[in-house]
Amino acid sequence: MANIPPELRYTREHEWARREGDRVRIGITDYAQQQLGDVVFVELPGVGARVTSHQSFGVVESVKSVSDLYAPMTGEVVEVNAELKANPALVNRDPYGQGWMILIRPSQPGEWDELLSAQQYETFIAQEGA
Amino acid sequence: MDAPLKRTPLYDLHVKAGARMVAFGGWEMPVQYTGIVEEHRAVRSAAGCFDVSHMGEFEASGPGALEALQYLTTNDVGALDVGQVQYSLLCNPDGGIVDDLTVYRLGPDRFMLTVNAANIAKDWAWVTEHSRRFAGAAWRDISTATALIAVQGPRAEALVGRLTATDLGRLGYYRFAEGTVAGTRAVISRTGYTGEDGFELYVPAEQAASLWTALLETGAGLGAVPVGLGARDTLRLEMRYCLYGNDIDETTNPLEAGLGWVVKPAKGDFIGREAIERVRAAGLRRRLVGLEVLEGVARHGHPVVADGRSIGVVTSGSYAPSVDRAIALAYVESGYATPGTDVGVEVRGRVRPARVVKTPFLPPRVKKG
Repeated sequence: MANIPPELRYTREHEWARREGDRVRIGITDYAQQQLGDVVFVELPGVGARVTSHQSFGVVESVKSVSDLYAPMTGEVVEVNAELKANPALVNRDPYGQGWMILIRPSQPGEWDELLSAQQYETFIAQEGA
Repeated sequence: MDAPLKRTPLYDLHVKAGARMVAFGGWEMPVQYTGIVEEHRAVRSAAGCFDVSHMGEFEASGPGALEALQYLTTNDVGALDVGQVQYSLLCNPDGGIVDDLTVYRLGPDRFMLTVNAANIAKDWAWVTEHSRRFAGAAWRDISTATALIAVQGPRAEALVGRLTATDLGRLGYYRFAEGTVAGTRAVISRTGYTGEDGFELYVPAEQAASLWTALLETGAGLGAVPVGLGARDTLRLEMRYCLYGNDIDETTNPLEAGLGWVVKPAKGDFIGREAIERVRAAGLRRRLVGLEVLEGVARHGHPVVADGRSIGVVTSGSYAPSVDRAIALAYVESGYATPGTDVGVEVRGRVRPARVVKTPFLPPRVKKG
């Protein structure tokens, strides 16, 4: 069973978003890392880059597959998880903690309310898996 | 409309074990049980059991069988002793590769061919059509009746040894014996697709489930685990073993693929011989080489670039757990094929640094002799 922390928001592309003051931290969900398998490479934008909601901001590669990362919200990247370069397996081990990907300053805070709640995301992956 | 996916006799056991099943070459196969990297490491350090029952087996027998096989395949079947196995190719008249296969000499006039799953129908049509001119060769497609389980890894001999009276210590690499494993009659072949010591066990389809269960139960104490196609691919890639459909196909010739060692023009006429000899005389335009990719992961179809232009294409690429970096096979222009040459791989519109390296990426640890 996939872990879905209730305090986070989610996308249909399996990213999570966590509000931290006026910033939002972003990663991929436990369900996503289970589906991907061993993550071997994560490509992320640099600090200062703009990301746009529903658009790709990076790529995660597992042994067998390549998947785009989609931004849950529009904004500017203020921090990037540099640890993932040397240790991409953190995405598997701790997807909601040490495996985070980027921290952004949203320019359209209203987008937060369009994201899925934990319960909606759980329903979504149950349907996707069925 | 797509034909329904075929299933091996072990399908139910895979699902029960929690394997992730995927479509592969028209078959529904386990890609992984617990994780590709973990399964890969188990094979390199202990042992792994692979269901490769999707592969096809043909039997050719009769006084004309040897002559027919000499004409169909590129390697010299006449050099095979009874009890010996040979890696070989079926080529078309242009020298393109119809399939790669292994040839078993079961008896003086009896042979078995093991072919790729996705090519069974094509190969069957090919071998029966092109051997018509040889009298006294009877063909049988025994693919459905035959299951194939590979046991690979440094503890493979210990594992299979516990289940058979056959003296495995005396069975050399690319040799086979007919015997009994876990009460099932089997062709015990010292071959594989991982670079480790190990066996491929051909058994009647209805016995596959009991053999699989016996191997995993007996193997548990040795660290043996079931291994899916995902790790099968990373294991073979580290050894630079070609995968049909990725690295070789009807548009590639054996010489540029580095498979000239299984082409024996001195044996006499065979399909593709003239074309391959013309390629040999003219020199190779491109070669299949190993790459280490220094950033990101190169995949099948990515362009290889150097000096500001495209000089080749990646045919297989993955993170390689035992090498612990991204590696790839690629056709590159011959001028860039020397180990140590710096090239780039274009991944998602950006050129990543890569280097041509010697292959295999790891030294094989198959049984000597």
